[in-house]
Amino acid sequence: MERVAVEKKVLNENDRVAAELRQRFAEEGTLVFNFISSPGSGKTLFLERTLEALPKDLRVAVLTGDIQTDNDARRLARVGFPVQQITTAGACHLDARMIDKALAAWAGERFDLLLIENVGNLVCPTSYDLGEERKIVLLSVTEGEDKPLKYPGAFFKSKVMILNKIDLLPYVPFDIQAARDNARRINPNIDIFETSCTTGQGLESWNAWLGLQIHLNRREAVVSR
Amino acid sequence: MHEMGIASSVLSAVRIEAGRYPGSRPTRVGLRVGEWSGVDRESLQFCFDALVMDSDLSGLELSIDYRLRRNRCERCGVEFAVENYETHCPQCRSDHTVAIGGTELDIAFVELEE
Repeated sequence: MERVAVEKKVLNENDRVAAELRQRFAEEGTLVFNFISSPGSGKTLFLERTLEALPKDLRVAVLTGDIQTDNDARRLARVGFPVQQITTAGACHLDARMIDKALAAWAGERFDLLLIENVGNLVCPTSYDLGEERKIVLLSVTEGEDKPLKYPGAFFKSKVMILNKIDLLPYVPFDIQAARDNARRINPNIDIFETSCTTGQGLESWNAWLGLQIHLNRREAVVSR
Repeated sequence: MHEMGIASSVLSAVRIEAGRYPGSRPTRVGLRVGEWSGVDRESLQFCFDALVMDSDLSGLELSIDYRLRRNRCERCGVEFAVENYETHCPQCRSDHTVAIGGTELDIAFVELEE
Protein backbone atom coordinates (compact mmCIF):
# COMPACT_ATOMS: atom_id res chain seq x y z
CA MET A 1 0.00 0.00 0.00
CA GLU A 2 1.25 3.43 -0.90
CA ARG A 3 -0.10 6.72 0.40
CA VAL A 4 0.04 9.64 -2.03
CA ALA A 5 -0.37 13.19 -0.75
CA VAL A 6 -2.99 15.04 -2.78
CA GLU A 7 -3.49 18.30 -0.87
CA LYS A 8 -6.25 19.71 -3.02
CA LYS A 9 -9.46 21.44 -2.19
CA VAL A 10 -12.42 19.14 -2.69
CA LEU A 11 -14.09 21.91 -4.64
CA ASN A 12 -10.92 22.59 -6.59
CA GLU A 13 -12.74 22.69 -9.92
CA ASN A 14 -15.41 25.08 -8.65
CA ASP A 15 -12.75 27.30 -7.08
CA ARG A 16 -10.80 27.39 -10.35
CA VAL A 17 -13.84 28.56 -12.34
CA ALA A 18 -14.72 31.04 -9.56
CA ALA A 19 -11.20 32.50 -9.69
CA GLU A 20 -11.55 33.00 -13.44
CA LEU A 21 -14.90 34.72 -12.94
CA ARG A 22 -13.45 36.95 -10.22
CA GLN A 23 -10.62 37.95 -12.54
CA ARG A 24 -13.08 38.75 -15.32
CA PHE A 25 -15.31 40.78 -12.98
CA ALA A 26 -12.27 42.77 -11.81
CA GLU A 27 -11.16 43.49 -15.37
CA GLU A 28 -14.65 44.56 -16.42
CA GLY A 29 -15.30 46.54 -13.26
CA THR A 30 -18.34 44.47 -12.26
CA LEU A 31 -19.32 44.44 -8.60
CA VAL A 32 -20.84 41.07 -7.73
CA PHE A 33 -22.92 40.17 -4.68
CA ASN A 34 -24.12 36.67 -3.83
CA PHE A 35 -27.32 36.69 -1.73
CA ILE A 36 -27.89 33.72 0.57
CA SER A 37 -30.81 32.95 2.88
CA SER A 38 -33.38 30.38 3.91
CA PRO A 39 -36.40 29.99 1.62
CA GLY A 40 -39.00 32.65 2.36
CA SER A 41 -36.78 35.25 4.00
CA GLY A 42 -37.71 37.79 1.34
CA LYS A 43 -34.68 37.73 -0.98
CA THR A 44 -36.64 38.29 -4.17
CA LEU A 45 -38.68 41.22 -2.86
CA PHE A 46 -35.53 42.68 -1.32
CA LEU A 47 -33.84 42.51 -4.73
CA GLU A 48 -36.90 44.01 -6.44
CA ARG A 49 -36.78 46.98 -4.05
CA THR A 50 -33.03 47.28 -4.55
CA LEU A 51 -33.35 47.27 -8.34
CA GLU A 52 -36.18 49.82 -8.25
CA ALA A 53 -33.93 52.29 -6.43
CA LEU A 54 -30.96 51.99 -8.78
CA PRO A 55 -30.39 54.63 -11.47
CA LYS A 56 -31.83 53.39 -14.76
CA ASP A 57 -28.62 54.15 -16.66
CA LEU A 58 -26.59 51.86 -14.41
CA ARG A 59 -25.69 48.57 -16.10
CA VAL A 60 -27.16 45.98 -13.77
CA ALA A 61 -27.86 42.29 -14.29
CA VAL A 62 -29.47 39.68 -12.08
CA LEU A 63 -29.06 35.92 -11.90
CA THR A 64 -31.58 34.12 -9.78
CA GLY A 65 -31.32 30.48 -8.80
CA ASP A 66 -34.16 28.14 -7.93
CA ILE A 67 -34.64 24.42 -8.05
CA GLN A 68 -37.67 24.85 -10.32
CA THR A 69 -39.77 27.61 -12.00
CA ASP A 70 -38.84 30.99 -13.43
CA ASN A 71 -41.27 32.87 -11.16
CA ASP A 72 -38.51 34.92 -9.53
CA ALA A 73 -36.94 35.93 -12.84
CA ARG A 74 -40.31 37.14 -14.09
CA ARG A 75 -40.83 39.20 -10.93
CA LEU A 76 -37.36 40.72 -11.07
CA ALA A 77 -37.47 41.42 -14.82
CA ARG A 78 -40.40 43.82 -14.30
CA VAL A 79 -37.97 46.45 -13.04
CA GLY A 80 -36.34 46.57 -16.47
CA PHE A 81 -32.81 45.25 -15.95
CA PRO A 82 -31.71 42.00 -17.64
CA VAL A 83 -32.52 38.94 -15.52
CA GLN A 84 -31.80 35.26 -16.04
CA GLN A 85 -33.24 32.38 -14.14
CA ILE A 86 -30.91 29.49 -13.37
CA THR A 87 -32.98 26.40 -12.66
CA THR A 88 -30.76 23.91 -10.88
CA ALA A 89 -33.14 20.96 -11.37
CA GLY A 90 -32.59 19.57 -7.90
CA ALA A 91 -29.25 21.08 -6.88
CA CYS A 92 -29.50 22.98 -3.61
CA HIS A 93 -27.00 25.71 -4.54
CA LEU A 94 -25.50 27.60 -7.47
CA ASP A 95 -21.95 26.76 -8.51
CA ALA A 96 -19.39 28.76 -10.46
CA ARG A 97 -19.93 26.84 -13.68
CA MET A 98 -23.65 27.72 -13.68
CA ILE A 99 -22.73 31.40 -13.38
CA ASP A 100 -20.18 31.13 -16.18
CA LYS A 101 -22.71 29.42 -18.43
CA ALA A 102 -25.45 31.96 -17.69
CA LEU A 103 -23.09 34.88 -18.35
CA ALA A 104 -22.28 33.46 -21.79
CA ALA A 105 -25.79 34.50 -22.84
CA TRP A 106 -24.73 38.11 -22.19
CA ALA A 107 -21.34 37.82 -23.91
CA GLY A 108 -19.95 41.19 -24.98
CA GLU A 109 -21.99 43.10 -22.40
CA ARG A 110 -20.39 44.74 -19.40
CA PHE A 111 -22.14 45.33 -16.12
CA ASP A 112 -21.47 47.66 -13.21
CA LEU A 113 -23.38 45.43 -10.83
CA LEU A 114 -24.32 41.77 -10.90
CA LEU A 115 -26.70 40.53 -8.22
CA ILE A 116 -26.90 36.79 -7.73
CA GLU A 117 -29.84 35.38 -5.81
CA ASN A 118 -28.77 31.94 -4.64
CA VAL A 119 -31.11 29.00 -4.07
CA GLY A 120 -33.00 29.42 -0.77
CA ASN A 121 -30.79 27.42 1.58
CA LEU A 122 -28.53 28.54 4.44
CA VAL A 123 -26.15 25.59 4.21
CA CYS A 124 -24.99 24.45 0.80
CA PRO A 125 -24.51 27.79 -1.00
CA THR A 126 -21.91 28.80 1.58
CA SER A 127 -19.48 26.16 0.28
CA TYR A 128 -19.52 27.36 -3.33
CA ASP A 129 -17.54 30.41 -4.39
CA LEU A 130 -19.21 32.13 -7.35
CA GLY A 131 -16.47 34.69 -7.92
CA GLU A 132 -18.46 37.28 -5.96
CA GLU A 133 -16.97 40.29 -4.21
CA ARG A 134 -18.99 39.41 -1.14
CA LYS A 135 -21.72 37.15 0.14
CA ILE A 136 -24.70 38.83 1.75
CA VAL A 137 -26.91 36.85 4.09
CA LEU A 138 -30.57 37.69 4.71
CA LEU A 139 -32.34 36.74 7.90
CA SER A 140 -36.00 37.59 8.41
CA VAL A 141 -37.58 38.22 11.78
CA THR A 142 -40.04 35.39 11.21
CA GLU A 143 -37.11 33.01 11.64
CA GLY A 144 -35.31 32.45 14.93
CA GLU A 145 -32.74 34.92 16.28
CA ASP A 146 -30.45 31.92 16.84
CA LYS A 147 -30.14 31.22 13.10
CA PRO A 148 -26.57 32.61 13.04
CA LEU A 149 -25.59 30.05 15.70
CA LYS A 150 -27.41 27.19 14.01
CA TYR A 151 -25.99 27.96 10.56
CA PRO A 152 -22.68 29.64 11.39
CA GLY A 153 -21.10 29.02 7.98
CA ALA A 154 -23.42 31.40 6.14
CA PHE A 155 -22.88 34.19 8.66
CA PHE A 156 -19.16 33.57 8.95
CA LYS A 157 -18.64 33.83 5.20
CA SER A 158 -20.88 36.87 4.65
CA LYS A 159 -19.68 40.44 5.02
CA VAL A 160 -23.20 41.85 5.32
CA MET A 161 -26.35 40.67 7.07
CA ILE A 162 -29.78 42.02 6.12
CA LEU A 163 -32.29 41.66 8.94
CA ASN A 164 -35.46 41.71 6.90
CA LYS A 165 -39.23 42.04 7.53
CA ILE A 166 -38.67 44.29 10.56
CA ASP A 167 -42.21 45.64 10.13
CA LEU A 168 -43.33 42.31 11.63
CA LEU A 169 -41.35 42.79 14.86
CA PRO A 170 -44.43 43.76 16.92
CA TYR A 171 -46.11 40.49 15.97
CA VAL A 172 -43.35 37.91 16.38
CA PRO A 173 -41.25 36.87 19.38
CA PHE A 174 -37.97 37.83 17.70
CA ASP A 175 -35.24 39.41 19.81
CA ILE A 176 -33.49 41.68 17.34
CA GLN A 177 -30.63 42.55 19.69
CA ALA A 178 -29.97 38.83 20.23
CA ALA A 179 -29.94 38.34 16.44
CA ARG A 180 -27.35 41.12 16.06
CA ASP A 181 -25.27 39.73 18.93
CA ASN A 182 -25.41 36.19 17.57
CA ALA A 183 -24.30 37.31 14.12
CA ARG A 184 -21.42 39.28 15.64
CA ARG A 185 -20.36 36.33 17.75
CA ILE A 186 -19.89 34.38 14.55
CA ASN A 187 -18.50 37.30 12.58
CA PRO A 188 -17.51 40.37 14.64
CA ASN A 189 -17.02 42.55 11.55
CA ILE A 190 -20.31 41.82 9.77
CA ASP A 191 -22.22 44.92 8.59
CA ILE A 192 -25.90 44.82 9.52
CA PHE A 193 -28.84 46.50 7.79
CA GLU A 194 -32.37 46.30 9.15
CA THR A 195 -35.03 46.54 6.50
CA SER A 196 -38.67 46.14 5.64
CA CYS A 197 -39.53 45.78 1.98
CA THR A 198 -43.21 46.37 2.78
CA THR A 199 -42.85 49.73 4.54
CA GLY A 200 -39.49 50.67 3.01
CA GLN A 201 -37.96 51.16 6.43
CA GLY A 202 -34.17 50.87 6.36
CA LEU A 203 -33.94 50.61 2.59
CA GLU A 204 -32.60 54.14 2.26
CA SER A 205 -29.41 53.38 4.17
CA TRP A 206 -28.98 50.07 2.32
CA ASN A 207 -29.38 51.85 -1.04
CA ALA A 208 -26.91 54.55 0.00
CA TRP A 209 -24.39 51.92 1.05
CA LEU A 210 -24.87 50.02 -2.21
CA GLY A 211 -24.39 53.23 -4.22
CA LEU A 212 -21.14 53.86 -2.39
CA GLN A 213 -19.89 50.32 -3.10
CA ILE A 214 -20.68 50.70 -6.81
CA HIS A 215 -18.83 54.02 -6.86
CA LEU A 216 -15.78 52.61 -5.05
CA ASN A 217 -15.68 49.56 -7.33
CA ARG A 218 -15.82 51.71 -10.45
CA ARG A 219 -13.03 53.92 -9.19
CA GLU A 220 -10.90 50.87 -8.44
CA ALA A 221 -11.54 49.49 -11.93
CA VAL A 222 -10.52 52.82 -13.52
CA VAL A 223 -7.36 53.05 -11.40
CA SER A 224 -6.27 49.50 -12.25
CA ARG A 225 -6.94 49.93 -15.97
CA MET B 1 -27.84 18.24 0.95
CA HIS B 2 -24.89 19.10 -1.26
CA GLU B 3 -22.90 16.17 0.15
CA MET B 4 -23.72 14.16 -2.98
CA GLY B 5 -21.95 16.78 -5.08
CA ILE B 6 -19.06 16.89 -2.62
CA ALA B 7 -18.73 13.09 -2.68
CA SER B 8 -18.85 13.12 -6.46
CA SER B 9 -16.04 15.75 -6.58
CA VAL B 10 -13.97 13.59 -4.24
CA LEU B 11 -14.39 10.56 -6.49
CA SER B 12 -13.39 12.56 -9.58
CA ALA B 13 -10.23 13.67 -7.80
CA VAL B 14 -9.47 10.09 -6.76
CA ARG B 15 -9.84 8.91 -10.37
CA ILE B 16 -7.45 11.63 -11.57
CA GLU B 17 -4.93 10.79 -8.85
CA ALA B 18 -5.13 7.02 -9.47
CA GLY B 19 -4.71 7.67 -13.20
CA ARG B 20 -1.18 8.90 -12.48
CA TYR B 21 -0.23 5.44 -11.19
CA PRO B 22 -1.25 2.95 -13.89
CA GLY B 23 -1.92 -0.55 -12.61
CA SER B 24 -2.76 0.64 -9.11
CA ARG B 25 -6.12 0.59 -7.38
CA PRO B 26 -7.20 3.32 -4.93
CA THR B 27 -8.27 1.81 -1.58
CA ARG B 28 -8.71 4.84 0.65
CA VAL B 29 -9.13 8.60 0.33
CA GLY B 30 -8.43 10.96 3.22
CA LEU B 31 -10.30 14.25 3.65
CA ARG B 32 -9.94 17.14 6.04
CA VAL B 33 -13.37 18.51 6.90
CA GLY B 34 -13.68 21.64 9.00
CA GLU B 35 -16.36 22.17 11.61
CA TRP B 36 -17.57 25.21 9.63
CA SER B 37 -17.16 23.85 6.13
CA GLY B 38 -20.90 23.32 5.86
CA VAL B 39 -20.48 19.59 5.31
CA ASP B 40 -22.23 16.97 7.39
CA ARG B 41 -19.93 14.00 7.98
CA GLU B 42 -22.60 11.32 8.21
CA SER B 43 -24.37 12.57 5.14
CA LEU B 44 -21.06 12.72 3.24
CA GLN B 45 -20.25 9.14 4.27
CA PHE B 46 -23.69 7.99 3.15
CA CYS B 47 -23.36 9.66 -0.27
CA PHE B 48 -19.81 8.42 -0.66
CA ASP B 49 -20.85 4.81 0.02
CA ALA B 50 -23.79 5.09 -2.36
CA LEU B 51 -21.61 6.38 -5.19
CA VAL B 52 -18.75 3.94 -4.63
CA MET B 53 -20.95 0.85 -4.45
CA ASP B 54 -20.86 -1.12 -7.72
CA SER B 55 -18.73 1.57 -9.37
CA ASP B 56 -15.22 1.36 -10.81
CA LEU B 57 -14.04 2.50 -7.36
CA SER B 58 -15.86 -0.26 -5.48
CA GLY B 59 -14.13 -0.98 -2.15
CA LEU B 60 -12.76 2.57 -1.79
CA GLU B 61 -12.91 3.73 1.82
CA LEU B 62 -13.28 7.22 3.24
CA SER B 63 -11.28 8.69 6.14
CA ILE B 64 -12.37 12.01 7.55
CA ASP B 65 -10.05 14.11 9.66
CA TYR B 66 -12.51 16.46 11.37
CA ARG B 67 -11.02 19.86 12.20
CA LEU B 68 -12.36 22.12 14.91
CA ARG B 69 -12.42 25.84 14.53
CA ARG B 70 -9.25 27.76 15.48
CA ASN B 71 -8.63 31.50 15.31
CA ARG B 72 -5.56 33.70 15.57
CA CYS B 73 -5.59 37.12 17.20
CA GLU B 74 -4.39 39.81 14.82
CA ARG B 75 -3.31 42.00 17.72
CA CYS B 76 -1.33 39.71 20.03
CA GLY B 77 -0.86 36.70 17.72
CA VAL B 78 -2.19 34.06 20.10
CA GLU B 79 -3.89 31.05 18.49
CA PHE B 80 -6.91 29.54 20.23
CA ALA B 81 -9.75 27.05 19.85
CA VAL B 82 -13.10 28.71 19.20
CA GLU B 83 -15.57 27.25 21.63
CA ASN B 84 -19.21 28.16 21.89
CA TYR B 85 -18.72 30.67 19.01
CA GLU B 86 -16.45 32.82 21.16
CA THR B 87 -14.14 34.55 18.68
CA HIS B 88 -12.71 37.20 21.02
CA CYS B 89 -9.05 36.71 21.88
CA PRO B 90 -8.78 34.89 25.24
CA GLN B 91 -5.52 36.71 25.97
CA CYS B 92 -6.09 40.38 25.05
CA ARG B 93 -9.89 40.37 24.41
CA SER B 94 -9.42 41.89 20.93
CA ASP B 95 -12.25 41.14 18.50
CA HIS B 96 -9.86 41.24 15.54
CA THR B 97 -9.27 37.53 15.19
CA VAL B 98 -9.19 35.50 12.00
CA ALA B 99 -10.03 31.87 11.27
CA ILE B 100 -6.96 29.71 10.72
CA GLY B 101 -8.69 26.34 10.93
CA GLY B 102 -12.09 24.73 10.87
CA THR B 103 -13.16 25.72 7.37
CA GLU B 104 -11.13 23.03 5.55
CA LEU B 105 -12.66 20.90 2.83
CA ASP B 106 -9.53 19.28 1.42
CA ILE B 107 -8.41 16.00 -0.02
CA ALA B 108 -5.31 15.14 1.99
CA PHE B 109 -4.26 11.81 0.50
CA VAL B 110 -5.13 8.76 -1.54
CA GLU B 111 -3.91 5.25 -0.70
CA LEU B 112 -3.12 2.97 -3.62
CA GLU B 113 -2.57 -0.74 -3.92
CA GLU B 114 -0.69 -2.52 -6.70
